[in-house]
This record gives sequence, structure tokens and C-alpha cells, in this order.
Amino acid sequence: MNVDRLLGFGDDALVAAQRLAEWHASSPEMEEDIALANIALDQLGAARLLLTYAGEVEGRGRDEDALAFLRDDREFRNCLLVELPNGDFATTMAKLLFLSAYQLPLYTKLAGLSGHENAGRLAGPPHRDDAGRLAGPPRREDAGREDASRADAGSAGPPHPEDAGLADSAGPAGPAGGGDAGPAGSGEGERLAAIAAKARKESAYHLDHSAQWTIRLGDGTEESHRRMQDAVDALWPYTHELTSGEVSRDEWLSIVEPVLAEATLDRPADGWAPGGGRSGVHTEHLSYLLGEMQVLHRAHPGARW
Amino acid sequence: MLAKPSESCNTVEVYGNDIPGLLGEVEAAETALREAAARDTEAAHGEAAYFDAVIKADQKIEPRDWMPDSYRKTLIRQIAQHAHSEIIGMQPEGNWISRAPTLKRKAILLAKVQDEAGHGLYLYAAAETLGVSRDELVELLLAGRQKYSSIFNYPTLTWADVGAIGWLVDGAAIVNQVPLCRCSYGPYARAMIRICKEESFHQRQGFEILHTLSHGTEAQRAMAQGAVDRWWYPSLAMFGPPDADSTHSAQSMAWKIKRFSNDELRQRFVDMCVQQAGVLGLTLPDPDLRWNEERQAYDYTQPDYDELMRVIKGDGPCNRQRMAHRRRSHDEGAWVREAAAAYAKKRAADA
Repeated sequence: MNVDRLLGFGDDALVAAQRLAEWHASSPEMEEDIALANIALDQLGAARLLLTYAGEVEGRGRDEDALAFLRDDREFRNCLLVELPNGDFATTMAKLLFLSAYQLPLYTKLAGLSGHENAGRLAGPPHRDDAGRLAGPPRREDAGREDASRADAGSAGPPHPEDAGLADSAGPAGPAGGGDAGPAGSGEGERLAAIAAKARKESAYHLDHSAQWTIRLGDGTEESHRRMQDAVDALWPYTHELTSGEVSRDEWLSIVEPVLAEATLDRPADGWAPGGGRSGVHTEHLSYLLGEMQVLHRAHPGARW
Repeated sequence: MLAKPSESCNTVEVYGNDIPGLLGEVEAAETALREAAARDTEAAHGEAAYFDAVIKADQKIEPRDWMPDSYRKTLIRQIAQHAHSEIIGMQPEGNWISRAPTLKRKAILLAKVQDEAGHGLYLYAAAETLGVSRDELVELLLAGRQKYSSIFNYPTLTWADVGAIGWLVDGAAIVNQVPLCRCSYGPYARAMIRICKEESFHQRQGFEILHTLSHGTEAQRAMAQGAVDRWWYPSLAMFGPPDADSTHSAQSMAWKIKRFSNDELRQRFVDMCVQQAGVLGLTLPDPDLRWNEERQAYDYTQPDYDELMRVIKGDGPCNRQRMAHRRRSHDEGAWVREAAAAYAKKRAADA
């Protein structure tokens, strides 16, 4: 497996997590604060697994933190879409829709599953509870906990059977490159497939969440329709970079176009197709994002946290 | 119950002495909740007599039961303030999500801030059982007519502040909230049981951040000590004014909303922290802190209650910033909430 390709997958997830987390305590509804944190945690979790693996394949002793905090923007391999600013809520939802419509088929392929196993999207219209609020997403009960309980040997948390196969690669303290998880041989495909199989389930939820919001906002009020259309139009050019590799344009469109139609939004014309992220040539935004993300880690070289 | 000072540097043992002890009380409250339901109050006739009998028998008042207006108002004020605190409390810690020093720390912090949003939602739901809507309560917060915990009006200046908030602020919250698991109002008691279980994770995570820093480089150690120096007295002030000046306490005790006085809880917190600070290798910023053999408790310096009153009244370092942020988020989300309502209405019309 090409290290740059793995870094591309991991950096997409990491930069997306960083942007989504910017919404904390700022969402339109309290339920949405929980949902966006949930999605950010999923992306961050996938990023950690992918970067850890990329570091092992690279074989230069870099762990997830060395890769996240000690690379400059020119060494990041994420697509441009994820580094663009959050903008308003419509922009964030359009970014998430476009990203998850790429990540779901991508992870499905990497997991060695066939396309039609893409988790059924859009199970009916969005639902509201009796109070007229949007029903909240399932809360993530394990994300930080798992780490916390692992960090504290005296209080072993409950085991997470689903994650068991990944547990060794999840912690930064684990031995790098050891055992049968090394880059050579059939272990490689299995390792990536296991990561992708976990991430794929999460992507299905991200796609569902962003598609439902796209539909609500597209088919909501005049203002929300305008904002959603503006967001789709502004971001559309950046989606070409997503579909220049493992996921074909047709595959991606087959997920996105029905959502736009149901949302009464126009599908933008194809034209300008900015790129360069996969080879480290980014927008002006990434350096600022990394400047913030890396500041503390870089200020204390070699420190443990 | 006082934990004995420990010579051990084993964090597990420290927790064995206090936080799990407190969690044992949460479990006991849960059992008591079930037992209370079986207790006999049949003898009482008339609404007010029934209410008094339920309180006396340590049973739970439920939303359908008659209750004095002032009991209802007290609970709404207290539960709403608690809910608002969870929501505003997301800001100071959230301040470090983007700059957390490792990906693992970032994930833990993000999950913690998410938990706080969840706690806010449980608590608003508990308040709603008293006949007030969440939207009304949020309006009261935004209008400055209901308060949130004054602790969140202090800034998080370094990464170590995230640890100090977990250790001290969440620790104080647990000491405050464990007795609320036995509160006479059923929905509040049940929400508190759930929240206390989650808060104990947060407290442990905070302790662990500080422990790592205090055993790290000189700069990290200084960062940890600085954060403890800044958060110690505001954390002591979280228990409210001294008993002599506490306006709501007596009635709340009689109603069994509150079970211990502000000063009793503050003492319990101090005694817990002293030995934990020893394990951390950090100093609590109080030269007069010492064990009092006679009282079997630590003597300590009281927080500056004039400062507490100033912060409560709005003149803390971050009151304006926290409220401005909350109002801005609320206002900027209005078009989204309107769109969701409009969409739901269209779909209902289609059906």
C-alpha cells in the first residue's frame, strides 16, 4: 500500500474532524452539538487508525501524533474540500454530504465489500419528536472512555468486542510495526479492511445525517433553500478531486444526485475542478488550521501528554 | 466520611478511597429510589398532607403529584441553573479541543464536551416535567434572568486548565451532586444518578491529565501548578456562600431537595483534594491548609465570597464572552430551526 494514499485517507478524516469540532457549543440546536461532536469523533477515530497504520507502513517510526502534529501543510495529503472553512450550517452540511458520499463507497471497497452493501441511505424523511425538535442522534458512549479506561490500568473498562481487532493499533503507546500487522504480506489488506469496515458503518450515519439536513434546508424556507443552494454551488468544484481515485464520478453522483433532487436543489454544472491536495498543494486555509492544531504539541518538543 | 490521608502514590488507591466511595452512594441512592416506591403513605389525606407524608417517608414526588408552588419554583430554578451550567460549561473546555496536544487527548476532550451537551439535555427534560419548556428556559438564560455556575466565567488559559477543570470543577460537581441523587423530586434524582456516573469519568480524566503534566517537563509541571493555583478558590466557591449567608438552604433542606449544607460539602471536597494533590505532586495554594486532629478534617482558607458575588452579578473575567457566544450561536441557528420546522410542517401536510 502506497503511504501517500493511506495518508490521504487519514488526513481527510483528521482535517474533517478538526473542522467539525469547531462547531462545539455553536450549533443551531443542542441536539446538533451532540451529533456534530459524534461525527467529529468518528472521523478522528478513523484518522487515528489510518495514520497509525500509515506510519507503520512508512517504517520511519512515526506514530499518529508525529504524523498529525509534526508535518507541515505541504506534507498533508487531504483533499481540499475538508480544509475549506465551515461557513454557515448549510456549508458544513454540504461538505459533509459530499465527503461521506465519497467515504462510504471508499471504505466499502477497502473493506472488500461490494457496492450494493452500502448501507441503505435515507431511511425515510427526517423525524421529529413530540416537542417538534429534531430527534437526536445516538450518543457516542465509548469514544473518550475507552481511551481513559485503557490509560488507567486500575479500572479496566468494559471490553468493546467490535473494536477488539483494532485495539492494538488504536493506542499511540502500542509497539509500532510489530506482529503480523506489518506492511508486507496479506496482513496489510486485512488490517486496512478492518479499519474500513468499522469506518464504513460510521460513514453511513454521516451520509444519512447530512442528507437529511440537506433535504430539510433545501426544502425548508426560502432563506434555507438559498443558503443550501449557495453552499452546494460553492463546494461543487471541489468534489472532482474526490472522484479522481478509488471512487468513480458515477458512483458518487449516484448517491448525491437523488439527495439534491429530493432537496429541490439544482445540481450544479461541472466545470472548474481545483485539485492538488493529494500532492500537498493546498488552499490558503490549511496552514492556519494546522497552525492552531499543532501549536501546543510543537511548543514542547518531545514532551509526553 | 473522611478518607484517610494516604502515603501511596498509586492513583488507583486514591480513587479507591474517595470517588468510588461517592459512586457507592450513587448506587445506594438508586436502590433507595426503588425502595421508596414501595413505602406506605396511604394514611395521608388531602394533597398537602400527601406531599408532606411523601417527603417525610423519603419517597419521591413525581410530576403528576400535587406540590407547593414554591417547591416547584425552587426546583425549576435549580434544575434550570444546572442545565444552563452544562451548556455554558462546554465553552471553557471546548476552547482546547482544536489545540489538544495529542489525538487521543483530543478525542477524550471532544467526548467530554459532548457528554456535557447530553447532561444539559437530560436536565432540561427533567425541568420540563415541572411544566416549563426548554425554549422558555433558554430564553431566560439568554435574557440573563437565570444563572449558570459562576465557575464557567473563568478562562481556560493553558492546556493544564482542562486537567484542573476535570479534577477540581468536576470533582466539586460530584461532591455537590451525589446527595442530589437522593433529592425528593424523582425526575431530578434520576437524572443526577445518570450524570454522576458520567462525571466520575471526567474527574478521573482531569486527574490523569494533571498527573501526566506534573510528571513531565519543567514547563509542563509549571503549567499544571499554575492551573491548580488559578482554579482552587473558584472551585471552593462552587459550593455557594457560607451557610450563614445562604438564602435558599433551610427550605431546600426541609424539602429534602438538599441534604447537606454548603459548608459541609465544601469541607468534604477539601479533604478529598488534599490527599489527591499529594499524589499529583502539586500544591494547593493555601498556606493555612492543615489537618485538624480535633475536627478530623482539614482547616483551610475560605474563598473570596465578595469575588463570588461579583462574578455571579456578571463581572467575572468571561461572563460577557460566554453569554455573547451563547446568544450568537442561538441567533445564527435561528434560520436552521425555522427551516426544520417549515420542512416538518410540509411533510405533515403531505401525510
